[in-house]
Amino acid sequence: MAQYPPLRLHVPEPTGRPGCATDFSYLHLSPAGATRRPDVDVLPVDTQDLAYQLIRVLDEDGTAKGPWDPKLAPDFLRRGLKAMMKTRAFDARMLIAQRQKKLSFYMQCLGEEAIAVAHGMALEQGDMNFPTYRQQGLLLCRDDISMVELICQLLSNEKDPIQGRQLPVMYSYKRAGFFSISGNLATQYIQAVGWAMASAIKGDTKIASAWIGDGSTAESDFSTALTFAHVYRVPVILNVVNNQWAISTFQAIAGGEHTTFAARGVGSGIASLRVDGNDFIAVHAASLWAAERARRGLGPTLIEWVTYRAGAHSTSDDPSKYRPADDWERFPLGDPINRLAAHLMAIGHWSAEEHEATQKALEAEVVAAQREAERYGSLLDGHIPSVASMFEGVYKDMPEHLRQQRQQLGY
Amino acid sequence: MTMIQALRSAMDVMLERDPNVVVFGEDVGYFGGVFRCTEGLQAKYGRSRVFDAPISESGIVGTAVGMGAYGLRPVVEIQFADYVYPAFDQIVSEAARLRYRSAGDFTAPLTIRMPCGGGIYGGQTHSQSPEAVFTHVCGLRTVMPSNPYDAKGLLIAAIECDDPVIFLEPKRLYNGPFDGHHDKPVVPWSKHPMGEVPEGYYSVPLTSAAVFRPGQEVTVLAYGTMVWVSAAAAAEAGVDAEVIDLRSIWPLDLDTIVSSVKKTRRCVVVHEATRTSGFGAELVALVQEHCFYHLEAPIERVTGWDTPYPHAQEWAYFPGPARVGAALKRVMEA
Repeated sequence: MAQYPPLRLHVPEPTGRPGCATDFSYLHLSPAGATRRPDVDVLPVDTQDLAYQLIRVLDEDGTAKGPWDPKLAPDFLRRGLKAMMKTRAFDARMLIAQRQKKLSFYMQCLGEEAIAVAHGMALEQGDMNFPTYRQQGLLLCRDDISMVELICQLLSNEKDPIQGRQLPVMYSYKRAGFFSISGNLATQYIQAVGWAMASAIKGDTKIASAWIGDGSTAESDFSTALTFAHVYRVPVILNVVNNQWAISTFQAIAGGEHTTFAARGVGSGIASLRVDGNDFIAVHAASLWAAERARRGLGPTLIEWVTYRAGAHSTSDDPSKYRPADDWERFPLGDPINRLAAHLMAIGHWSAEEHEATQKALEAEVVAAQREAERYGSLLDGHIPSVASMFEGVYKDMPEHLRQQRQQLGY
Repeated sequence: MTMIQALRSAMDVMLERDPNVVVFGEDVGYFGGVFRCTEGLQAKYGRSRVFDAPISESGIVGTAVGMGAYGLRPVVEIQFADYVYPAFDQIVSEAARLRYRSAGDFTAPLTIRMPCGGGIYGGQTHSQSPEAVFTHVCGLRTVMPSNPYDAKGLLIAAIECDDPVIFLEPKRLYNGPFDGHHDKPVVPWSKHPMGEVPEGYYSVPLTSAAVFRPGQEVTVLAYGTMVWVSAAAAAEAGVDAEVIDLRSIWPLDLDTIVSSVKKTRRCVVVHEATRTSGFGAELVALVQEHCFYHLEAPIERVTGWDTPYPHAQEWAYFPGPARVGAALKRVMEA
């Protein structure tokens, strides 16, 4: 008789599949205002409790509570709300444009707008983000990036700043602190650490912000980045956007079961926070805390942003095949736009009328931007960057073999 | 100087000239590298310019890409070329593509040094020649010196180059030239004219081959240790071969190759790396395309066998002067 029963392979499953309801109790939420706010010079080991709690400011009634409320000016919050609404309006319109086959591909960030927008508004000019493909809010929260130019990239037209070389949404905006997006997941996480090391090597005061999703934390570059960030006490913010899903794969398959992604940071000797990603004020407050810590040379911070990927993974994805259709409605942290709007209304700085008027104005703005961008062509009508430009930029100067290949093509 | 001293001198010169140059890798800092290539550099330039890295090739190259995006000029070391594979994604998907995919918004002006090649009883993971893995990647430059003078000049050129450069160093040549006669004592670089290396700044241009041994009867295309083996083989076989040291493997100096083959009308390609889909296949194709009507014989390849690099069978694996000499005779008789 065997002393032990046969071993079994454990394969995590989400509680909710199509046709049934997700049990969100696995999220381990803390009430708004309940989580402490340590000094920015806290030792990483002393953030262990924070890695398993949730920093939240806005409660169910839209009231700001607790030590993480930075008491932001209403005008600032209104700007944030508008930037989130702009991001969502942009996404909605581009989704339609993809369905109309004007774009080959699109990825929205529905439900995650607060994270990129509130974080972007916490950084300074000269800081560098190393985003994934789902941080368009970092660009759309800025006044110096025109939607027309973004749409030109999406259309791969004659005014595409990256000359039609990349898939839609793979933007690059050095001047806006937005590093060139790569299709290869997690690669930018360690690059952000390197960029911030460079800032430290040169005695600069700029910091880097690294971005990754829950699924990609399983890539080796995630662990590598944590090691380097810790070893060299790097001025970097390591953001993990836990939207619960990596395409069809629940975050438990990425290693999230019975633990948190913030906890990985503490294990690597990095101060770590776990934050309500749908709470604009909490996102901004935690980002400011981490930025201050980095800028004062106190080292890196890892922040797990708990949110929900409300939309499809991309325009090539159908989430109804693997998760409940009403999942977002039941997600306990709600909708970041509704929550900030409710707060602003509660303090008398926003109204339903203003909300609706802003919504309409933003929709009109996106439509106008799209119309202008389409004037410069698209994949559809063949007005794309010159074919000869395909050979440029592989190297700084074009080598002989590429010159010959360009000639073979008739250019 | 030995090749080790020449490489160290190149890094010393560039650390001095350009405050954006930084040098890091495993054991590179305090200890000065397992091959002594960075000895004394940390003491001279400080830990923020020359430093030890965790054992993570993807981390070393990935941070270097980020530093390049910031505006630094990183010179990183992979301890052995055999261990570069964990960094493959960062090299191929990131460093090589960054300028292109961002339309010049960001660039990766980095140099990735790695000791390569066999002939040292290094076995499977201390002997590989992975150059073909990199020459196939658009956006990379792949370089391999064969002597101390070129090593310093090419490394300075690589560091100054705004494109990412894979800089392969044949460790068999670190202390002296090696012609494949493993039974003879090694002659140190101090006894060889190519060991005479200027102290200060100079560079050897990338994409320029060198005629290592002039000849009239057959062109040998080689790089690294095989340049020395080929020259010895020619002398021993009594064939007046013109041995061309490619120096820059890709992009390469096609003009020097084509004019030589058009003159000699015969060609043998020699490399340590395994045969199938090795860089030799590209060289054979180029010579065939550009010199077809001048060729008197099929182009031959003398390479490592299509096996992992063995330990005990080192000299049966390594393409030594006997094998190269036999090929030279075959093409002369064809």
